[in-house]
Amino acid sequence: MIQVVLPAHLRTLARVEGDVKLEVQGEATQRSVLDALETKYPMLQGAIRDHVTQQRRPYIRFFACSEDLSHQSPDAPLPDQVVAGTEPFFIVGAIAGG
Amino acid sequence: MSKVRVLVGTRKGAFVLTSDGKREKWDVSGPHFGGWEIYHIKGSPADPNRLYASQCSGWFGQQVQRSDDGGETWTPVGNRFLYDGIPGTHQWYDGTAHPWEFKRVWHFEPSLTDPDTVYAGVEDAALFRSNDGGQNWQELAGLRGHGSGPRWQPGAGGMCLHTVILDPTDPQRIFIAISAAGAFRTDDGGRTWQPINKGLYSQYIPDPTAEVGHCVHHVAMHQARPGVLFMQKHWDVMRSDNAGESWQEVSGNLPTDFGFVIDVHAHEPETIYVVPIKSDSEHFPPDAKLRVYRSKTGGNEWEPLTKGLPQSNCYVNVLRDAMAVDSLDECGVYFGTTGGQVYASADAGDSWTPIVRDLPAVLSVEVQTLA
Repeated sequence: MIQVVLPAHLRTLARVEGDVKLEVQGEATQRSVLDALETKYPMLQGAIRDHVTQQRRPYIRFFACSEDLSHQSPDAPLPDQVVAGTEPFFIVGAIAGG
Repeated sequence: MSKVRVLVGTRKGAFVLTSDGKREKWDVSGPHFGGWEIYHIKGSPADPNRLYASQCSGWFGQQVQRSDDGGETWTPVGNRFLYDGIPGTHQWYDGTAHPWEFKRVWHFEPSLTDPDTVYAGVEDAALFRSNDGGQNWQELAGLRGHGSGPRWQPGAGGMCLHTVILDPTDPQRIFIAISAAGAFRTDDGGRTWQPINKGLYSQYIPDPTAEVGHCVHHVAMHQARPGVLFMQKHWDVMRSDNAGESWQEVSGNLPTDFGFVIDVHAHEPETIYVVPIKSDSEHFPPDAKLRVYRSKTGGNEWEPLTKGLPQSNCYVNVLRDAMAVDSLDECGVYFGTTGGQVYASADAGDSWTPIVRDLPAVLSVEVQTLA
């Protein structure tokens, strides 16, 4: 099971408390994890990635194992610890605005 | 006994204010969607428990929330606002071509007869419709496809379609307004559109009488007289007596004719309200006095309404969708400010009381009169 940590506003939107645990089919990548997340919580469609281009929204970043994965290919494999479920995949909203 | 429900959208959440018909004591619920911008909330005339809310965020984009129990609980519904075909370009602030990009929903207008049908006015300017309670949205692309689309340009607040008015006597007729393109009308249910801006004069654009390019801030109509429209333009208060075919200025003795809101009394189609704002560079009331101006003659002759409103050191603004009226026998008038106050008048504007004083900046106010 892959653990995903959502920013507070998206936890509220998806009506979840704490981390999300996802079963991901096939190789675990940003794309497959986000696909699984949006399938389980359809209200998150469009909130993390653009509906059409599927690109990360500008104020969203992805982190895991102390690394910024935001600019990696969405099809790159995620770190082994994320796949093993020992480290979470963080979806982070930029600290900006007022 | 009748009840009133006031739906307030703010920079940091939604609030629902309720009272009985006396409109003296109010219950305040909220914030709903705390921390999110709520541009607009509106109830269905066909089912007052059905509400639509535009929830958005610079981080997480657009959400549409629907309530089927008058705002007690909410469910996120569809948020795919995809322009029809290849979106093309409009003008950017500097006159260069800029691709059409969806940013947010400014205004929901539920159908007068079907709770599941609702229109959404969006930025970048376009009109969408859902026929399934907000799950799926289709663009009425004839509007954006009007030949003038590539010449539309954003106002300071963005290129927003902020006003949608449905004609109660003709389901094929819809009026909309865009900053800063102007007003448009369809007579065939949204398939084709025509600009209705004759008589508008905007000295700040290259051709002051152009077919499009006018910064219309808001338009209002009385349900009993759908051919009569009132407009608060960037500068100038205007009226049309022929469904927008032509407009005449009715600013009359207003202290300034810049402003955002305009609305019509529920029972007196010639009684209208505006809140004059000093100028487009100083978005606060003239002389630091918050005054609603009322005309009982459909414009030109205006009286200031000040009782209960701050008459010194007041520097709030009242945004374009932040005024509404109820339909009780004694018409109630409501407006919200960027300072977080929501003022109510239970006597058609003669006197005012704040329902709440310290909300986040108010973006929109709508009222439902409940049996």
